[in-house]
Amino acid sequence: MLNVGKIEEGFVLDHIPAGKSMSIYYHLGLDKLDCTVAIIKNAKSNVMGKKDIIKVECDINTLDMDVLAVIDHTITVNVIKDAVIVEKKQLTLPLEITGIMKCHNPRCITSIEQELPHIFYLADADRELYRCRYCDEKNTERF
Amino acid sequence: MRHLMNPMDFSVEELDRLFDLAADIEKNPEKYAHKCTGKKLATCFYEPSTRTRLSFETAMLNLGGSVIGFSDAGSSSASKGESVSDTIRVISCFADICAMRHPKEGAPMVAASHSTIPVINAGDGGHQHPTQTLTDLLTIRSLKGRLDNFTIGICGDLKFGRTVHSLVNALSRYSGIRFVFISPEELRIPGYLREKLWDNALTFEEVIRLEDVMGKLDLLYMTRVQRERFFNEEDYVRLKDFYILNKDKMALAKPDCLILHPLPRVNEISVEVDKDPRAVYFKQVQYGVYVRMALILTLLDLA
Repeated sequence: MLNVGKIEEGFVLDHIPAGKSMSIYYHLGLDKLDCTVAIIKNAKSNVMGKKDIIKVECDINTLDMDVLAVIDHTITVNVIKDAVIVEKKQLTLPLEITGIMKCHNPRCITSIEQELPHIFYLADADRELYRCRYCDEKNTERF
Repeated sequence: MRHLMNPMDFSVEELDRLFDLAADIEKNPEKYAHKCTGKKLATCFYEPSTRTRLSFETAMLNLGGSVIGFSDAGSSSASKGESVSDTIRVISCFADICAMRHPKEGAPMVAASHSTIPVINAGDGGHQHPTQTLTDLLTIRSLKGRLDNFTIGICGDLKFGRTVHSLVNALSRYSGIRFVFISPEELRIPGYLREKLWDNALTFEEVIRLEDVMGKLDLLYMTRVQRERFFNEEDYVRLKDFYILNKDKMALAKPDCLILHPLPRVNEISVEVDKDPRAVYFKQVQYGVYVRMALILTLLDLA
């Protein structure tokens, strides 16, 4: 059994579906941080069978909750202070998100004006459906 | 400052006010003949569209204003690679209001977010064409006297037709509307629209034969099968003449069933139907001018 030590201050992303941690690592920009980051893959889970966990030893405010929610809003976010969990944050789907998904509609204005930000809005929360703000095409990207 | 990107940008109450104004313009055009004196409309048309552009220009001229603009991308700075956001910043210095048509979906929205003058979406690819929907609604309201409690048949290309999708969405906000969608299997309404109608518990049916439902319609909205929406020429040729509304089919319709069409018409309505008093598609064009006049006044805060 592999042991990864406790962190003093930071956050732990738990209950990540197995295999998704590297995608989260890059989309959250954790590769650009100068602090300690531990990625645990395929850990045993009673509920999920296998799960991934990410531990990050830095200020919780560096975490973009909206991006994480879009990737998977069922992930548990534990905030750690003095090596204990002080808060469990709930992720909610943001109403609008910029720069995470790309519109692939060849008829969309974003296909010819490269500098435009790719903005998506939450069209259907039950179906977790986002649509492009410019052309209303639905997002098909999976993380 | 407001823009018009989507027919749903206006609430039902705001639409009522807009249509009341359009109705007053129809009755008393002289009252509005100088309302826009000194104001300029820029028509920025990145793709050709004689009908919509001329309707906007007529609307502004009827209000006493003037018009500047371009009618295809080749004669604009877009051919030099200028972005939509830069173009609208420049146009904002010249004009008081802008009507923009662009082949790319969302281009007018990009313009609106960088503009200091109201922007009207005059059609963006296969996406939205809000002033056509306003025209359709005003025509129905003026000639039927109401926008609720009727059965409307929508026939032709229901898959790619943006006017159809906008009209269905707009009518969904009124009570007692029953939709009858008439199309070949390949051109049925898109799944998302069907789901939306289900979610809102709206009454609709989908049929293939126009003759089977003609007798129960209060309105029939005919559409053209558009060549430019097909990637495959064979499919277009096979489907383009699927429906032809002629005298025989009109004989099955109610005596007060109105026939609408966003135009241009190709083969889907036989010219013999034009003489039928129930064919109102050319009146619809006139209502398009009234509703654009009302829209210009509303967006310029001159209503």
